[in-house]
Amino acid sequence: MLQRLQNISFLDIALWALGAIIIFVVIWGTVATLIENPYPAQTWVETVVAGIAQGSLYALIAIGYTLVYGVLFMINFAHGEFFMSGIITATIFLAQPMKASGFLDAHPVISISLIAVTAILVSVGIALLTERVAYRPLRKAPRLVPLITAIGASFFWQYFFRGLYGSEVKSFPQFEALAGKASILGIPILKSHIIVIIAAVLMLIGLYFFIMKTKVGKSIRAVAENKDVAALMGINVDRAVAITFAMGSAMAGIAGVLFALVFRQVHFFMGFIPGIKAFTAAVLGGIGSVPGAALGGFLLGMFESVGPGLFLEGLGIPAPHQLKDVIAFTLLVLVLIFRPQGILGERLAVEKA
Amino acid sequence: MTITKSIEIRDVIKFGLLAGVIVLSLSVIGFIDLLGTRELVAGMFTLGHIFMLAAPFGMAFVSAGKVSADEKNKALGYGFLIGVIAALPLVVLAILATSFDIRQFLPNVSPSLISLLTFGQGLTVGSLILVVVTGILGLLAAGLHTLPDRFQHPLITGLGWMLIAGTFSEILLGRVRAFFGRGVVKLIFAGKALNPIAALIIFVLAAGITYWLDTRAPKKEETVEDIKKLQKMTKIRIGLGILLLLVSPLILGTYLTEVANNVGLYVIMGLGLNIVVGFAGLLDLGFVAFFAIGAFAMGVLTSEGHLGLGLTFWTALPFSVLASTLAGVVLGIPVLGMRGDYLAIVTLGFGEIIRILALSDMLKPYIGGAQGILQIPKPSIMGFEFIQPESLFYIVLLGVLLAAFISWRLRDSRLGRQWMAMRDDEDVAEAMGINLVSTKLMAFASGAFFGGLAGAIFASKLTSIFPHSFNLIVSINVLSLIIVGGLGSLPGVVVGALILVGLPELLREFAEHRMLIYGALLIVMMLAKPEGFWPSEIIKRELHAHEEPEPVSSD
Repeated sequence: MLQRLQNISFLDIALWALGAIIIFVVIWGTVATLIENPYPAQTWVETVVAGIAQGSLYALIAIGYTLVYGVLFMINFAHGEFFMSGIITATIFLAQPMKASGFLDAHPVISISLIAVTAILVSVGIALLTERVAYRPLRKAPRLVPLITAIGASFFWQYFFRGLYGSEVKSFPQFEALAGKASILGIPILKSHIIVIIAAVLMLIGLYFFIMKTKVGKSIRAVAENKDVAALMGINVDRAVAITFAMGSAMAGIAGVLFALVFRQVHFFMGFIPGIKAFTAAVLGGIGSVPGAALGGFLLGMFESVGPGLFLEGLGIPAPHQLKDVIAFTLLVLVLIFRPQGILGERLAVEKA
Repeated sequence: MTITKSIEIRDVIKFGLLAGVIVLSLSVIGFIDLLGTRELVAGMFTLGHIFMLAAPFGMAFVSAGKVSADEKNKALGYGFLIGVIAALPLVVLAILATSFDIRQFLPNVSPSLISLLTFGQGLTVGSLILVVVTGILGLLAAGLHTLPDRFQHPLITGLGWMLIAGTFSEILLGRVRAFFGRGVVKLIFAGKALNPIAALIIFVLAAGITYWLDTRAPKKEETVEDIKKLQKMTKIRIGLGILLLLVSPLILGTYLTEVANNVGLYVIMGLGLNIVVGFAGLLDLGFVAFFAIGAFAMGVLTSEGHLGLGLTFWTALPFSVLASTLAGVVLGIPVLGMRGDYLAIVTLGFGEIIRILALSDMLKPYIGGAQGILQIPKPSIMGFEFIQPESLFYIVLLGVLLAAFISWRLRDSRLGRQWMAMRDDEDVAEAMGINLVSTKLMAFASGAFFGGLAGAIFASKLTSIFPHSFNLIVSINVLSLIIVGGLGSLPGVVVGALILVGLPELLREFAEHRMLIYGALLIVMMLAKPEGFWPSEIIKRELHAHEEPEPVSSD
């Protein structure tokens, strides 16, 4: 590693210069914005809360990337589609008919539970099918090969569901109880944001205990450490990998329901960009680490939400919100250049990056 | 893999249901219904029927191969059973669709689909016909498998040619009319499809010729003279091929030439990405960025609108290509230290960043934002403007030949061997004295060069460009085509582009489900034939290395 650094010192300088320029631009923009002070404090609070809510969705999806990467060292490109498949199916077959028949307004708790269970089941089903058909036979192939099947699976599912349910945007019904804002510590916050944040945090804590404390969780960690040794210890590796996929996609299924509660619309392409963002979050926090994925998700959500207003506005860029995605991808590049193991990353990321 | 267990009745049910579920999926996403509009043989069957019946047929054929050769009756029975079982999910769909309104959930389960599935005979009779038809097909497939090779091969080839002729009947018809007149058209075609007698003749001819070729094909040892002769033949063939390409716009006509131009642009891009992914092993998912930069540079430099500088195509071309090559180096620098999956995601991010920037209000004063750049002139030489697809064809062809020549020379050069060494193992390559930084940057730059070239031609071919044309789908298309053709293989790029770009343009029904097919194709190719249809020998060996027994090692 040291040898390499000596060889490419000019390159290092270039990369550090790139980093320095970006940090300078960010600071300059931030200072300029703060001096101008275009928004009231209330707007900033709302932006931050929206960022946390968005970030908790990223965190839930990022779990799937991080778990799968932990056991298979592959980026499950199709993960965003697992997220989409559950909620789009639940919307078409449950949410919309239940709203039309009035059941949803009469029994909101039963309805949302049914929707969530359906979304999880479909997401898990699609994930297990994909794993069985497209990933398992290729576990020993060169690493490029499963990555290509994953890309194929991603597009396959997107356009499969487009064909199945049609290409138009579908509306997800409004829950009366979640409409409007509630006041917490005197700050009005959208109720849907509160629900999303609470649900995500609970799910993340639950998952963490599942991985760390249960026997199944232990088998997943053992497989992540070393498949051959785990198999010698009597762990069914195929089963552990399948459970990993199931856990990750269940989280994605829940994230889908929460996404629909906040944005109230679903369509076949909805999983792609959040999927890539969540991957960014997983890398940011340190891929392979569950708390890292959560942390990365929240951070990325904040950056994206606050960033355009905070440091792009000050640079005099028109309509800075269009460049939200640019911030996320730039962040990804910077993390991969300067700290490829991520914030809470483990050593494996250094070797594999 | 050599041990094949004989299959049991449980496997038969599994195979049958699998085939049924495949056809069911194709039905509910609207694929079969859409293809039902394309008649192959007039009044007899459509492409929809083919796709509906292909899965049970194929499954029965495969399973017949798993029954030991001396139990022919068992194989036939299993084939029939698989066919019958495969029809059951479709019957359930037909019953559901006629008794409930499931169209509010699944918009593609249309009455015309149900009528196609039940052969237009109503639910009860139609379902029975369906079961019988798939059953008999399963039986036929199993029977086909039990036939000796010298009959099986001609039969399958004949069937294949008949289906191909039927599928492209509309295009064939146009060409036949242009060259032989209406009289001949009436003999062969009925409406837009083949007439049954012509279809039969094609089948018999193709099968007969194949049978004849099979029986007289002698096998002999290759001598040095033979190889020399072969090399000479190859040169003659390449010459003839180029000659054929030069006159092809005259044969193909406007529409097919336009298709060929699109294929050509994708071949140029494919050759570029092939350097990055196939030679150097760097999975780049943001290739569209260079295509976009080339196109926008061409647009800004030549446009006669208020955004443009008004240069000519030929003056602007070197600058456009240079711009994208530089972009290749600049975007290459941050990703030098990344491998495999990380590289894929980051380059994908770059592609998206370029598109978002092109769409944004920030750059709108320079490159037009969502409205794009208009009034880009077509190329011209000394007053002759390349307006028609037939004349643009030569510019595309020039680009393709240039790209192919450069790729071919690069592959066997020192640089090319460095790329391949790096692809195989970066650490070992570095230990051998290869400078990874410059080698990688050269790969990105060469790839971007071709991307920019394709983009520049694309911009002046369309005369107006919009950021929406430069989305991720383009990157995925290019990646898919080099994978399907064969990573690292130059002829593979052409094969891949013909299959993935040419076919969907000729069969508009496929265009609707293009990405679905690409996705499935990527998976199937990786599972069954990861080296592609026209593989490069080296890659083929590498990809199958893990299937051989591993040597005992101590790590």
